[in-house]
Amino acid sequence: MKDLIQNILDLAKLKRLEYADIRIIRRQNEEIEVKNGKVEALIHDEDFGFGIRVLFHGAWGFACSSKVTKREMETVFGKALKIAKASSKAKGEKVYFSSSSPVIDRYKTLVSMDPFETKSETKLHLLLKADEIIRRNKKVKISEAFMGSYKTEKTFASTEGSYIEQEIVECGAGIAATAIEGSEVQVRSYPNSFRGNFATQGYEWIEKLAIETQAERIAEEASQLLYAKPCPSKITTLILDNSQLALQIHESIGHPIELDRILGTEASYAGTSFLKPEMVGHFKYASELVNVFADATYPGGLGTFGYDDEGTKAHRVPIISQGVLVNLLTSRETAHRLGKESNGTMRADGWNRIPLIRMTNINLEPGDWTLEQMIADTEEGLFLKTNRSWSIDDKRINFQFGTEIGWEIKNGKLGEMVKNPTYTGITPTFWNSCDAIANRDDWQMWGTPNCGKGEPGQVAHVGHGAAPARFRNVQVGVMKE
Amino acid sequence: MFGRGSTLRLLKNVVQESPADQTEAILLTEDSSLTRFTRSAIHQHVAERNRAVILRVILGKKIAVVTTHMGQPSSLRKSLRKAISLAQVQPPNDEFISLPKPKSISDIKTYFENINLLTPNRKVKMIKHLLRRIDEKKCKASGAFSNGIVEMAVVNSLGIEAYQKFSDLSLHLIVENEKSSGYAGFVGRDPDQLDVDSLAQEAMGKISKEEPAQIEPGEYEVILESYAVSELLSFLGYLGFHALAVQEGRSFFSNRFGEKMVDEKVTIYDDGFDPQGLEVPFDFEGIPKKKVTFFDQGVAKEVTYDSFTAGREGRESTGHGLIAPNTAGPIPINLFMEKGGSSLKEMIQSIRKGIYVTRFHYTNVVEPMKAVITGMTRDGTFLIEGGEIRRPVKNLRFTESILKALSQVSAISKERKVCSEGTVYSRRFVTGTVAPAIKVDGFHFSGVSSL
Repeated sequence: MKDLIQNILDLAKLKRLEYADIRIIRRQNEEIEVKNGKVEALIHDEDFGFGIRVLFHGAWGFACSSKVTKREMETVFGKALKIAKASSKAKGEKVYFSSSSPVIDRYKTLVSMDPFETKSETKLHLLLKADEIIRRNKKVKISEAFMGSYKTEKTFASTEGSYIEQEIVECGAGIAATAIEGSEVQVRSYPNSFRGNFATQGYEWIEKLAIETQAERIAEEASQLLYAKPCPSKITTLILDNSQLALQIHESIGHPIELDRILGTEASYAGTSFLKPEMVGHFKYASELVNVFADATYPGGLGTFGYDDEGTKAHRVPIISQGVLVNLLTSRETAHRLGKESNGTMRADGWNRIPLIRMTNINLEPGDWTLEQMIADTEEGLFLKTNRSWSIDDKRINFQFGTEIGWEIKNGKLGEMVKNPTYTGITPTFWNSCDAIANRDDWQMWGTPNCGKGEPGQVAHVGHGAAPARFRNVQVGVMKE
Repeated sequence: MFGRGSTLRLLKNVVQESPADQTEAILLTEDSSLTRFTRSAIHQHVAERNRAVILRVILGKKIAVVTTHMGQPSSLRKSLRKAISLAQVQPPNDEFISLPKPKSISDIKTYFENINLLTPNRKVKMIKHLLRRIDEKKCKASGAFSNGIVEMAVVNSLGIEAYQKFSDLSLHLIVENEKSSGYAGFVGRDPDQLDVDSLAQEAMGKISKEEPAQIEPGEYEVILESYAVSELLSFLGYLGFHALAVQEGRSFFSNRFGEKMVDEKVTIYDDGFDPQGLEVPFDFEGIPKKKVTFFDQGVAKEVTYDSFTAGREGRESTGHGLIAPNTAGPIPINLFMEKGGSSLKEMIQSIRKGIYVTRFHYTNVVEPMKAVITGMTRDGTFLIEGGEIRRPVKNLRFTESILKALSQVSAISKERKVCSEGTVYSRRFVTGTVAPAIKVDGFHFSGVSSL
């Protein structure tokens, strides 16, 4: 493999390119889905290919192929160069790409049990068992259990002399119960909606989730939701559990702080951001309680890695300090806009995609409260748990979320269950209304394996650490009955 | 590209070598390019050559699927062995009846040779021309221009041998000035149909020098352009127009067939052979596509099936199978809404006070059985007063039942557009929805985007 890579780097030098890199990636995915006692899907996917990125006269070119041979690599290199040459005729500002010292290193996710070494029978047994427990509840019409294991082996090499090999292992699992009666459909899931919780860990992570122990509870909650009262429509105090808060962080902090989005390179698809580079250092994003880090080094986080896809080592950087925006997610091409160096967030969804600025683990630091204290301290409000739907505008200002379940809070105590809860707000107003964050005992990492961005579409695996938090004066109950 | 002969040979060899009771092999190849521009300059230009072989094996009623991107015979054999080993360890799925048997597929043209003329240089020239038009109006543009050639082949051990080659191209464009933005999009199979000048004109037609007004959320009469309507139709397709959702009792169609659910002016169907859309002659199980009408003059009529959901009811697939194992159901991908008799101008003139919506952004389901979704308006939202478009307004959030909206349709345009968001994550298979503009007498906006 090294010879194949060196051949391309030699060609790049021969053509006097400003910069070139190559990534060769082998990726294995195994996904198992059980529904209503039957194996709905048992998939093994193996993907292998390479991508070449070249910088010529201040313009990028990228080409890739799933055929990993010397001849194909040379053809693809020629194509990338042809693209860069063509694009240089319609480029705007010349690409500024900061130089970097060569890195030669290896990184591997630390796992105790490789999920690809765990027997399929063991995995199926666990999923079928959890599914069977859910189905004992007669109101539940759809029981589901899911498990996914992912292994990425990638080699990155650049004309700067970097040669980095990484092996990243991820896995996760989850269960869901759907209760249906007439036209009422209610879902509860564990540990999170949309397939569960994921981490850069081995099969020990799935064992720790103990999905079968929560099957009865979620089935019961789903059936109770059929008869719960609708979420009231009002402005009130809102307490979010840590999994819903993780998605709130994702959509209303994680995406707006992507500097490529701020500079407009996602304008044609995912949108831009209400932030501007000049707001860094003084914009009051949130209340003083709020401290957020982008941390690609957090052990086990789904956004944890050794190096990003342009050879920058994983960073831990403050993003919001005591409520003030202090940094953005950057790359080697964009960081100079802030007078800084890249904080290592460029990642690609496989060999056939270019790296983009992606969230790593965007973590809200824990506060001083316990969840119980927070509820006890709330005279009137709602406690919402587990995401069901999300939507935010193209500048990340106006958001609306729905959760699977909620409870009224009255006089410091949890009251009646409510169904179809929704809440909506304006990003900085909402974050500035945060007046309590739970402590480390309630703080947890959540893996988001479905973060979409870019054209052609890319899906990133990112993480969010969060503890339950309280927000004041929030509009809840958006639905019209 | 592999070509028909090589593709079918490759897949037949794998299927013949399989020791499974039934085997299906799908090949998808892609040779594509995508060029993105923002603030009137190209910032991303990529090309991809990819192939994937998807093997589905059945041992009795045990099913497993293995995908590989390595096309050598040795890799395919390894994948076949892996699939067999995965199938062996699982319990049987009693509901599985059989892979489908072959059916005659009509020959249609889905590939246009001139797609090969879209070289990097040619595309850059076209984009530069487009950007010049927009610069002349002192506006900036962002967008993406994508073109590709895709081969799709399905072979199974019951005799199915289907192959089709597709060309496709899409260009979507956002034009903006300091106050507002406008959108236009094109998707098609024939590059000769792309007219970048008219696209530029359409998007620039939404630009205003006026500051967008902030209007109060609430219920308004609306004109939804084709782009917005196509998004609503896609959600209906995903939520309820297919057999799996009905069988599981989570479709809005459940127990309501034969009932008038939306306005009688509304007819929505799926047709893979209608040349006004992006034709696809057969599904990912190699079964020809049947026309399926979901709403016939407002009445809930029928849904789509793949072989699995059809087997459950002892009927035949309608040719809507997606790539195995498809746990989402046989979601329709060639949606059409029947056109009406109004012009867009007439529709606007009929509104005393309302909102004109060009497109939606980041829509998501709030309540599936009522088809309630939420999302934002984007790139061309205007206040209509006294039958005229008065001024741009700040983007609005809507939270509304699509079924309720369709039950209040009072006019449908006679013009329709093919709309598409382009590629789906990870795999290139461009699909299109053919939608008219509609006038809805009551549409609920629940918020406004403003700092």
